[in-house]
Amino acid sequence: MSSDTRPATPMSRQIAEHRSLLDRALGLPKLVLVALSVALIGFVISQILIGYMVVSGQLDGKWYDIRDFGNAMVSLSDAINSSGMDSRIASTLTYLIPTLLGATGIVSVVGGWLLIGPWAERRLLAKFQIRQGPNRTGPFGLLQSLADALKLMQKEIIIPRGADRFLYFAPPIAVFIPAILGWAPIPWSPKMSYADLDVGVLFVIAISSLGVLAVFMAGWASNNHYSLLGAMRTIAMMISYEIPISVSLLAVVLLTGSTKLSEIVMWQSEQGVWLIMLIPFAALAFLFASTAEINRTPNDIGEAESEIVAGFYTEYSGMKAGLFMAVELGNAILVGALMSTFFLGGYTFFGLETWIPGYLILATKIGLVYFLFVWIRATLPRFRLDQLMGFAWKFLIPVSIALMFLTAIESSILVRWDAPSFLSLGLIALVNVAAAVGLTFVWMRVLFRDTDLSAPPAPILTRKMGGLQAAKVLRG
Amino acid sequence: MDSPGIVIGFYMMAGLVLGSGTLVFLARNLLHALAFLVISFLGMAGLFLTLSADFIAMAQILIYAGSISVLMVFAVMLTPLASRDNGNTIYVLPGLLAAGGIATFVGFLALDTSWSGPATDFTTTIDLIGNLLLGKYVLAFEIASVLLLFALIGAIMLVQISPSDPEEGEGR
Repeated sequence: MSSDTRPATPMSRQIAEHRSLLDRALGLPKLVLVALSVALIGFVISQILIGYMVVSGQLDGKWYDIRDFGNAMVSLSDAINSSGMDSRIASTLTYLIPTLLGATGIVSVVGGWLLIGPWAERRLLAKFQIRQGPNRTGPFGLLQSLADALKLMQKEIIIPRGADRFLYFAPPIAVFIPAILGWAPIPWSPKMSYADLDVGVLFVIAISSLGVLAVFMAGWASNNHYSLLGAMRTIAMMISYEIPISVSLLAVVLLTGSTKLSEIVMWQSEQGVWLIMLIPFAALAFLFASTAEINRTPNDIGEAESEIVAGFYTEYSGMKAGLFMAVELGNAILVGALMSTFFLGGYTFFGLETWIPGYLILATKIGLVYFLFVWIRATLPRFRLDQLMGFAWKFLIPVSIALMFLTAIESSILVRWDAPSFLSLGLIALVNVAAAVGLTFVWMRVLFRDTDLSAPPAPILTRKMGGLQAAKVLRG
Repeated sequence: MDSPGIVIGFYMMAGLVLGSGTLVFLARNLLHALAFLVISFLGMAGLFLTLSADFIAMAQILIYAGSISVLMVFAVMLTPLASRDNGNTIYVLPGLLAAGGIATFVGFLALDTSWSGPATDFTTTIDLIGNLLLGKYVLAFEIASVLLLFALIGAIMLVQISPSDPEEGEGR
């Protein structure tokens, strides 16, 4: 419909006057434009220089090799060790300096994300819903999350009557610990990993199980029914969805033969394949179960704001509620990092990691997974609690375990069979995709053999409370 | 001689374990005691890490701090008056006696054992544990899994709605 058939509203005028991003960028002051173009040219030249140095081999393992900050740490340790210091002081320093620097790096990555993340999420959601999103505070609305944080900090801290003060104040801090610790084993480049643990996969699972207790404490100490309900729902969901996560990670470990995250990435890089191509069902199960684990939208029944206010943090006000929301955002990119490390090739991109810093590739992948999360949030409605639990226990867990057995057989064949990798891995991929699709269909038939899917039964609670019946009676 | 980092880590973790362990029985609220118990479990995991036992440390976090604590939470929740003052119970004396007995036993064991065992070189424990569990001790491993299967089936049997009486257990 053309616009002249309607009277002009303020909204339509705004849309008509809206300039594209390129227009707005060209309308910037001349000085800024010159500075930006100089920066762009400098970046291109520096990339060409880096490319030349990579090819000529001058950059391997030097401290100024910024493709991998691990090189600088190794050089630093060598310098400390060769400086003739007392060996105990030297060994302490070689541990302490990289540890502190790495911790600062992780915390600043998470903290920086907490500044950009809310803005990015709200802008993306707005684009999905055909509106503008926050665009008033600062350039493009970038300072919106800063303003939000300031607002939250100024709010009064309300402690509910009868709250358990110790258990009430601990959880907002306690939920942050797993969100930060989970970054430790993730490799950003060959040598750039905070703690490349031999038991990295187990560490990931163990850390993700720690958040449950903080959630429970928050719900219990608030002395509120909505909080306790939300906490119970969250705990039930987190415990249920830990099993599919563990099983799908077990499939990863079976194929790659290592629980070390850097070796999992190296395996994918050497074979030239991403694990999502070999075990797609495990990857999708991991993604879906992670959204339940971190309370994101298709599965955010723990804090479903239209049902139980805000779930386990109903009674928290000001920055305490803000911390819970911040942890959710931080966990979202943590899951993005885990997803890209386990299933999407981590910091490698088929040889591109020699030219571009690996951490940039990983950050791009994290961003893409996060975009997928926002997309899902904008598209899918929330599951009901019994649907979600049924989906975990009746569908995800049995099918994942069956496919995990298949992966075990395949991996033991893969070790013994001396075929070219594209043949063996291609066969594995085909077999796994076929098995996943076939098993899903067969299992759905088995599950719903007695159910007429065109007329689904009313849920138990509705039957008991007489939701629809009561409505019919009221209507007469 | 160990590096200073390990020594500092050991004392920090030992302090954490002992301090929170003391608070477990000084706390009068059952849920506070539970929170301190979880911190003590995490400290134990840290102690295992200083001994290079990374697999056991992760198992400690996963099983004790992650799962057993949730089990205890539910046990406490199902107990009436869980958050009352639990300071004056008649179980203080037998509890103290049992604790003293266990402490004496462990102390004697620790003093009696010769700790200067041969140090073997290993890079990671997870290979060794996996090979032993699925090789030498496979029978114990399988029996444990059968036990867990029984527990699972038993839990399902306990809460199952019988098909002949579909109304049973739904609305209560």
